[in-house]
Amino acid sequence: MLIGLHHYLIVAAVLFVIGVFGIFVNRKNVIVILMCVELILLAVNINFVAFSTHMAPAPGVEMIDGQIFSLFILTVAAAEAAVGLAILVVFFRNRGNIDVESVDLMKG
Amino acid sequence: MTAAIAFYILAATAIAAAFMVVVSKNPVHSVMFLILTFFSAAGLFILMGAEFLALLLVMVYVGAVAVLFLFVVMMLDVDFAELKSGFVKYIPAGGIVAVILLLQMITVGAAYFTDGGRALTPLDPDQSNLEAFGAVLYTKYAGVFEAAGFVLLVAMIGAIVLTLRERDGVRRQNAVDQMARTREDGVELVEIEPGQGLG
Repeated sequence: MLIGLHHYLIVAAVLFVIGVFGIFVNRKNVIVILMCVELILLAVNINFVAFSTHMAPAPGVEMIDGQIFSLFILTVAAAEAAVGLAILVVFFRNRGNIDVESVDLMKG
Repeated sequence: MTAAIAFYILAATAIAAAFMVVVSKNPVHSVMFLILTFFSAAGLFILMGAEFLALLLVMVYVGAVAVLFLFVVMMLDVDFAELKSGFVKYIPAGGIVAVILLLQMITVGAAYFTDGGRALTPLDPDQSNLEAFGAVLYTKYAGVFEAAGFVLLVAMIGAIVLTLRERDGVRRQNAVDQMARTREDGVELVEIEPGQGLG
């Protein structure tokens, strides 16, 4: 049985949904929410790579372009993790916990 | 056939580990399962023929981001059992959203691919993934590449600025003050008469 594009898309979709589910369920722990965002970005990356390796490119687009874009997503994800965790550390220093429901300093 | 078996093993591992990231009580376990998820995803990338990205995923995520998470989880001294207390309360709402989202994706995918989609072509066999990557990344996307480097720089500076703090009562070395000292500031010669103290 040949593994095609849709197999990878299904895996990516399931990973994405697990990430969204995690954000909804973990209303207490900011670290797990950050991990869920990483999961979502991973799902997006799998989609990009799957399309880039399994599909004929549109005119004017290189075959590898999807993977290049995936690299940039990886960059942004790493930056996001670094800044997010730094904010978390500062928040913990000020409040003494990382409870999502206590993130109301800005009274939004 | 082997590829199919490998795909199913890797995909099942990735999904199960991702699920464990969400449900495990201990955030340290969550980070471990996140590492497992990324490893499996790297395997999927290799199956798809994107070896460079697979290695990058292992290096960047397992080597840097996951360790960063682990570091922060262990650094913050939080009662994590208490943090998970609201978990069951949010399962229905989260579950409904998740199921609807998955159904939407499956519907769109099924609708798109039942018409055959677009033709599938294999990658160029006489050029390695890394060569293809470099040939495009440093020419067509050179500007974006520089911008990505700038994003990383800004993130690094931002993280440092956020977490750096000046504590009270900590004595630091002040190099400028040290260098600016003159002999007159630092040394005083006193003539002392014999038999008298400095008093």
